[in-house]
Amino acid sequence: MLTFLLRRLGAILLVLLVASFIVYTLTAIGSDPLRDLRASSAPNRDEQIAYRIEILNLDLPPVIRYFTWLGGAAQCLILQCDLGLSYTRGNQPVTEALASAAGSTIQLVTAATIIAILVGVTIGILTALRQYSGFDYSVTFLTFIVYSLPIFWVAVLLKEFGAIRFNEFLADPNVTWLAVLITGLISGVVFMSLLGGSWKTRLITFGSAFVAAGGLLWFLGVTGWFATPTVGIIGVIVTGVGAAVGVTAISTGLANRRALLASLITVAIWIALYFPLQYLFFYVPEGWMLVLLGIAAIGIGIVVGIIVGGDGKREAARTAAIVSFITFFVIVIDRVLLVYPDYVQRIPQSGVIATIGSRTPGLQGDMWFQILDGFSHLVLPTIALAVVSIAAYTRYTRSSLLEVMNQDYVRTARAKGLTERTVVVRHAMRNALIPIATIIAFDIGALIGGAVITETIFAWKGMGSLFVDGLEKGDVNLVMGFFVVTGVLAVIFNLIADLLYSALDPRIRVN
Amino acid sequence: MATSLPTDAPQDRGSEQTIEQKAVAGMSQGALVRRRFFRHKLAMTALIVLVLIILLAFTSVGTVIGGTGSLQADASGTLTINGWRIEGWWPLNWWTAYPVVNGGAPTITWWPFSLGEHPFGQDTLGKDVFAQVMRGTQQSITVMFLVGLVSLVVGVSLGAVSGYFRGWSDSLIMRFTDVIIIIPIIVLGSIMGKLFGGNAFVFGLFLGILSWTGLARLVRGDFLSLREREFVDAARVAGASNARIIFRHILPNAVGVIIVNTTLLMSAAVLTEAALSFLGFGIQYPDVSLGQIISEYREAFRTRPWLFWWPGLFIILLALCINFIGDGLRDAFDPRQQAKTSRRKAARAVAAIPSVQAVTMVEGPTSESDEPYSDEFTDLGGRSGPPGGRGDRPGDQP
Repeated sequence: MLTFLLRRLGAILLVLLVASFIVYTLTAIGSDPLRDLRASSAPNRDEQIAYRIEILNLDLPPVIRYFTWLGGAAQCLILQCDLGLSYTRGNQPVTEALASAAGSTIQLVTAATIIAILVGVTIGILTALRQYSGFDYSVTFLTFIVYSLPIFWVAVLLKEFGAIRFNEFLADPNVTWLAVLITGLISGVVFMSLLGGSWKTRLITFGSAFVAAGGLLWFLGVTGWFATPTVGIIGVIVTGVGAAVGVTAISTGLANRRALLASLITVAIWIALYFPLQYLFFYVPEGWMLVLLGIAAIGIGIVVGIIVGGDGKREAARTAAIVSFITFFVIVIDRVLLVYPDYVQRIPQSGVIATIGSRTPGLQGDMWFQILDGFSHLVLPTIALAVVSIAAYTRYTRSSLLEVMNQDYVRTARAKGLTERTVVVRHAMRNALIPIATIIAFDIGALIGGAVITETIFAWKGMGSLFVDGLEKGDVNLVMGFFVVTGVLAVIFNLIADLLYSALDPRIRVN
Repeated sequence: MATSLPTDAPQDRGSEQTIEQKAVAGMSQGALVRRRFFRHKLAMTALIVLVLIILLAFTSVGTVIGGTGSLQADASGTLTINGWRIEGWWPLNWWTAYPVVNGGAPTITWWPFSLGEHPFGQDTLGKDVFAQVMRGTQQSITVMFLVGLVSLVVGVSLGAVSGYFRGWSDSLIMRFTDVIIIIPIIVLGSIMGKLFGGNAFVFGLFLGILSWTGLARLVRGDFLSLREREFVDAARVAGASNARIIFRHILPNAVGVIIVNTTLLMSAAVLTEAALSFLGFGIQYPDVSLGQIISEYREAFRTRPWLFWWPGLFIILLALCINFIGDGLRDAFDPRQQAKTSRRKAARAVAAIPSVQAVTMVEGPTSESDEPYSDEFTDLGGRSGPPGGRGDRPGDQP
């Protein structure tokens, strides 16, 4: 194992060296960092040119410059990185520019990845379980279309319909009957083809889904929810109980009464804590407080699970911990939405869903404000990034799960008389998710470098803008800074993918 | 597609023969693949649409071959393009600014169908969007085919050498592949576009030089497993040279993977070219590309949406057609993919035939009829070569 790791790390280092050499020399040959100065009419033009040549060593050929750059980059090994200066950013050290840029890109990529995993894997499982249904065919067709969509085109569309039109709707929320009808129809059709069954069952499913979704939208519209969206204690109770039932159904099956009881008790604890928490949220609006509470949420779930669990302590603890965390999450959302009316007053006229940048410049406010502001800026770029990944994960999960469902051990599990839930979740899913896990690890590395276009369109000051600026103005050090981060992350995640595969699947050995 | 597989050729297996096998008795592998592909409705539709788009793009506005592509004005002030210009049937070209008609709105009407003066509208300067989009589509098609061709040649040869000879050449080639892979294609593509951009031909060549990595890995994986098969041993014993074994014995068996992945690469190339041109690092002014048009007018979505819809539509059409063709090819090449019908439908169809009422459905092909889509994507990490493939052979057991 250790020799494998060392050998892989050696190969990685070599690969990184060669790749950085290629990128450096190509960028240096293809760029002219003096272009802006040559065109300038400043009286001290010649001094400026001489100064820039001096700080960037432009009198040396690119190959030599690469080795001086490499000398600085090698100091990263002793934690004193020197990736040169970026002249396009006022001779700021590249490491500083990277630190701020990487932060916002990682935020973006993390959000997109989490959403893509949740949505993509779920849809993939549903399509695999309902193979050859109308739902399956439509999703397959949709994934084909998504694969063919240029991401910048999607992003422009999102800006128009996700931001501008949606903001117009939020400014004057008026739910039309047409919208209610369409929402009802879509959810009816989706649920009908998902649940299947005879025509009578299908009609009943369609009807109830139609009434539920359309009715919910109508209700939200009538009560003016879109003008001042809140969750409230009623919302917390409803989502908490829903999460308890849903998570238990998937995690242990509803027949496991103790697990259900444990999760319902955690929901009750959170509801009891709802009003005291508001004081805490008001007086201590700090990030670490939220982190601590999140850990506490999981802890509460585990403790309740152990106390109530009886014979199945572990299952009950697991279920209750998940439910507890979801309930806590809803309470946080509820608190954030509390500042919504105030937030709408303070931001620019353009509307709630922002299309530019990662923050509203000059916005003053406490943590809840900042969370809401960050979220409103994160929505659209995240969707744009996640859409393609969702399509990919859907296809992967579907094919992987279908492959597993045809295995003999799944047939054995069925033959033993296990419930469909146990067969799918315990026997099939665990094995089907092994390749997905490695693909996702692989994908994260690629996504960080691939966010360039999305960041450009949404004017997000991340790694992408670093790269585009550097390349446009011939700032080699900036491009190299981008490459070092994305390249290193790409190889590391590659390695993680390999190790993950061997860790999850004992049949595979690494060497 | 000279595929004559000794192993998969239908043989008389007597009573074991299924209905499907009887239906294909006496056909070569190539004929089987062709037949399966032609029966794939979606893929055939996509193929027809693609051919129509190619014809439309190249015949309508004509094209320019060679030259620098820069614009020059003659004495009367009309702009001409440098290079050998072939005129098409559409009277307007993509670089001249025409008088703006009707605010630049599209003049196309569907019923009764008429193109009008500027079917896709005009931009702010009065340039004909139809001509621009057609020219952009030409560029995308050129880039697409070049990328396919170049990566096919490079990827297959490197993958074949690496997988067949193994040893140091394998490690060297695979490390080189890693080098290209870890540089995001957008980085190298932008640099290439900046250095050699402006010309779709050169741009496509260079993009192809960067896009072969996934293909090389897949071909290597295929070669690694195929070279251990008995028919390769037989060929070697018969005295076949390495080149003959590679080209006549192994390559025909890997052709499915190669063709399918090349098509997928081509659809990715359309999107990459558009994205790079969108960022300003691809095909550059005065030439046009679809991504460039969208980039130029992305702020004008509210006022002139047609500048946004038409180029986008053609990018999507191109990529979608290629993706569907790739899907059809995959179904055609994968022998596990016998019938993409549901079990219920198949059972109903069989039950409807009076003579086979007594015959129960053959479980084999339909129960695992859904073929995993895994090979649509590039290498799944270590999946292509888990241990056991070679160790499972009876000869290795003590």
